[in-house]
Amino acid sequence: MQAAEPRRAPAPAPAADPVLLRVENAYKYFPIAGFGGASVRAVDGVNLEVRRGEALGLVGESGCGKSTLARLITALLPVTRGSIVFDGQDITKLRGGKLRKVRRKMQMIFQDPFASLDPRMTVGDIIAEPLDNYSIGTGAERTVRVAELLRLVGLNPNFTNRYPHEFSGGQRQRIGIARALAVNPSFIVCDEAVSALDVSIAAQIINLLQDLQREFNLTYLFIAHDLAVVRHLSDRIAVMYLGKVVETAGRNDIYDHPQHPYTRALLSSIPVPDPAVERDRDPIMLKGEIPSPVNPPSGCRFHTRCPIARAPGICSEQEPPLEPHGQRDQLAACHFAGQF
Amino acid sequence: MAQTLLQIEDLHTQFFTSRGVVHAVDGVNLHIDAGEVLGVVGESGCGKTITALSVLRLVPDPGRIVSGRILFRGIDVTKMGDEEIREFRGNDVAMIFQDPMTSLNPVTRIGPQIEEAMTAHNRFTQQQARTRVIDLLKRVRVPGAESRVNDYPHQFSGGMRQRAMIAMGLANEPALLIADEPTTALDVTVQAQIIQLMKQLNRELGTAMMLITHNMALVASLCTRIVVMYAGRIVEEGPVDQIFKNPQHPYTWSLLRSVPRVDEARKDRLVSIRGLPPDLSNPPPGCKFHPRCPFVIDHCKQEEPPLGEVAANQLARCWVLMRTVSEEAIDHARAASLASSEAAQKLKQTIPDAGR
Repeated sequence: MQAAEPRRAPAPAPAADPVLLRVENAYKYFPIAGFGGASVRAVDGVNLEVRRGEALGLVGESGCGKSTLARLITALLPVTRGSIVFDGQDITKLRGGKLRKVRRKMQMIFQDPFASLDPRMTVGDIIAEPLDNYSIGTGAERTVRVAELLRLVGLNPNFTNRYPHEFSGGQRQRIGIARALAVNPSFIVCDEAVSALDVSIAAQIINLLQDLQREFNLTYLFIAHDLAVVRHLSDRIAVMYLGKVVETAGRNDIYDHPQHPYTRALLSSIPVPDPAVERDRDPIMLKGEIPSPVNPPSGCRFHTRCPIARAPGICSEQEPPLEPHGQRDQLAACHFAGQF
Repeated sequence: MAQTLLQIEDLHTQFFTSRGVVHAVDGVNLHIDAGEVLGVVGESGCGKTITALSVLRLVPDPGRIVSGRILFRGIDVTKMGDEEIREFRGNDVAMIFQDPMTSLNPVTRIGPQIEEAMTAHNRFTQQQARTRVIDLLKRVRVPGAESRVNDYPHQFSGGMRQRAMIAMGLANEPALLIADEPTTALDVTVQAQIIQLMKQLNRELGTAMMLITHNMALVASLCTRIVVMYAGRIVEEGPVDQIFKNPQHPYTWSLLRSVPRVDEARKDRLVSIRGLPPDLSNPPPGCKFHPRCPFVIDHCKQEEPPLGEVAANQLARCWVLMRTVSEEAIDHARAASLASSEAAQKLKQTIPDAGR
C-alpha cells in the first residue's frame, strides 16, 4: 500500500484500559443459621483481572468458590466486601437501572442445558426474552434477530416454535448460547458449559465458543473442573483453592512451570488419553481432604495438605500474598513458590 | 493364554417402550479374561451400561435380554434361576456405580452395610464379617478405618464413599468387578487416588475389571484392552496401546481427537463429530455411524459392515476399511466376519492422520 505520509494510529478508544474486569479483594460469606455467627467463607479475598478479548480459565475443585465468584462477577449475588470493577464501573455499588445497563454487557452460559431453559417457553421466546427485557427492537425485528442467532449457533432458524424438550443436550446448550448472545454482550461467563455433554458434542460446543469469540471479539471467563478443556480454550488460567486464587499464569506457563504446589498436584492428577504417557505418569497424591471453608486453616490454607509446607512455621503462620513468581505475567501465593 | 472369565455371545437387550422397540444392545460379543481390565467406551446411549446390567441381569423395565448367551466360567447367566443369580451377584461379579451417595443406604452405618454384603451370601459369619470390614476399609485406604466403620454415608466425602463402595464390591472377593463411570462424579485429585486404588487392587487381588466410561484418558490409564461401542454395537476392539496409536474405525478416531489433552499446547480446533447419535428405536439403515461419518461411501448406507480384523488382535466394523479390497474378499469377510488386515493400511491413506 502506498501512502503519502505514514498513517497515524487511530486515537485510542475512551476505554483504553486493557483490563475489562477487575475483582478487588472480594469476599462472600454465607452465614450458617444457628452456629453462633459462623459462616461459610466461599470467596475469601480474591483478586483477579480479566483482560479485554482474552479467555480466562478459572479452575479448582468442588467447593473452592469458583461458581460463587462467577455469581459475584455477574452481580447475581451481592459481595460481602470488596469491589468488582467492570469496564470502569464498580458494579457492587450499582442498583436498579444502572446495574441493568451493565448487566446487558455480561451474560452467562450455564452447565445444565436441561435446567437453564424454561420448558414452557418456545425456543424463539427463550432467545427473545433478553431482547424483551431490554426493550430492544420491534416484534418483527426480534423475530429476524432470533432466526439470525439460531443460524449463528448452528441450529435451523425454523426451530423457533419448538420447545426445549424437543432438543438434545448439545442443541439446548446452543440455545443457551444464542440467548446469551442476543443482547450483544462483550463479556460471557461460562460456568461448566460443556461438562454435562458427551465428548463428541462437547467438541462441537467448544469449537462454537471459539468461533464466536473470534467473530464478536468476546471476553470469556471459563469456569470448569476439567483442566484439559480449560487449557484448550483459555489464554490465561487462574487456580482457586478454598476461596482464594492461588496462582494465575498463561496457559502454557501454568502447565510447564507451575509455581504453586497445589497447581502442580492438580495438573499431575489429570489422566491423558495416551497409554504410553499414562504408564509413566506419577500423580502427586495430596494427603487428606479439603478443609472446611467455615474454618479454613491458619496461614497458607493449603499447608495442611501441602507436600512442601513448613508447618509449624511460616506456612502455618503467615498467609502468602499473590505476587509475581516464575515466568512473566505469572502470580502465585506461596512462600516457597516453585521450590519443589 | 489366560482363562476366559466372561464371554458374551451375540447379546441383544431391548426396551419395549410405547414408542417402539429400542435396540439398546444389538448383537454384542465380548470376553474378559481372568485378571484383565477391559474398558468399554462410548457416549450416552451407546449401550455400554445396559451391557453391564445385562451381565448381572439387572436390566430395568421395560428392558429385557431378548437373545444371546452370557457365559461366566462357562455357565450361562441368562439361564440361571433366582437363587443362582442371587448367589452370582455380589459373589462372583460385583458392580460399582457413578454416584456413591445414591448407591449407599443413608440410614445405615458404613460398617454394617459392608457386613450385610458378606453375610447375605453366607460366606462369612457375623463375627468374621465384622473383623473383615476393617481390613477391607484399610485395603481401600480409608484413613482411621477402625472408627469410621461407625460413620453414616453422609459423614464420608465423595471420594471416601466411592472407596466404601469399592470395599463393598470386593467384600466377597469377586472374580470380576464392573465399574460404571466410577470417577466421573469425583474431583480430579480424588479421581487420581481412585484410579491408583483400582490399579493396586487389580494387581494385588487379581480381580478382573470391566470399566465402563466415556473418558478416554481413564481407559488409557487403567485398561489393557478396549471395546468401543456405538448405537448398541461394538465398532472397534483391541489392545489399548494399539487402539490409541492406530485407531481404525472413524468413530474411534474422531472420539480420540475430539477431546483436548491437558499436556498439549492448543490445537486450533477439535475434531467434532457432526450430528447426533441415532435414535435406537429407529436406527439408520446400513452402518449405524454412516450419517455422521466423514468417510461415508454408498455401500455404508445399504449394508451393515461386519466386525472384521483390521490388524493383529484389532477388529473394526467399517466398509471403508475394506473399500479397495476385492469383492471376493468382502464376501469372504461377510461370511467369516473377518476382513483383510491390509484394509487397515488402506484406511491410513483414506483418513488423513488416522495412523498418527
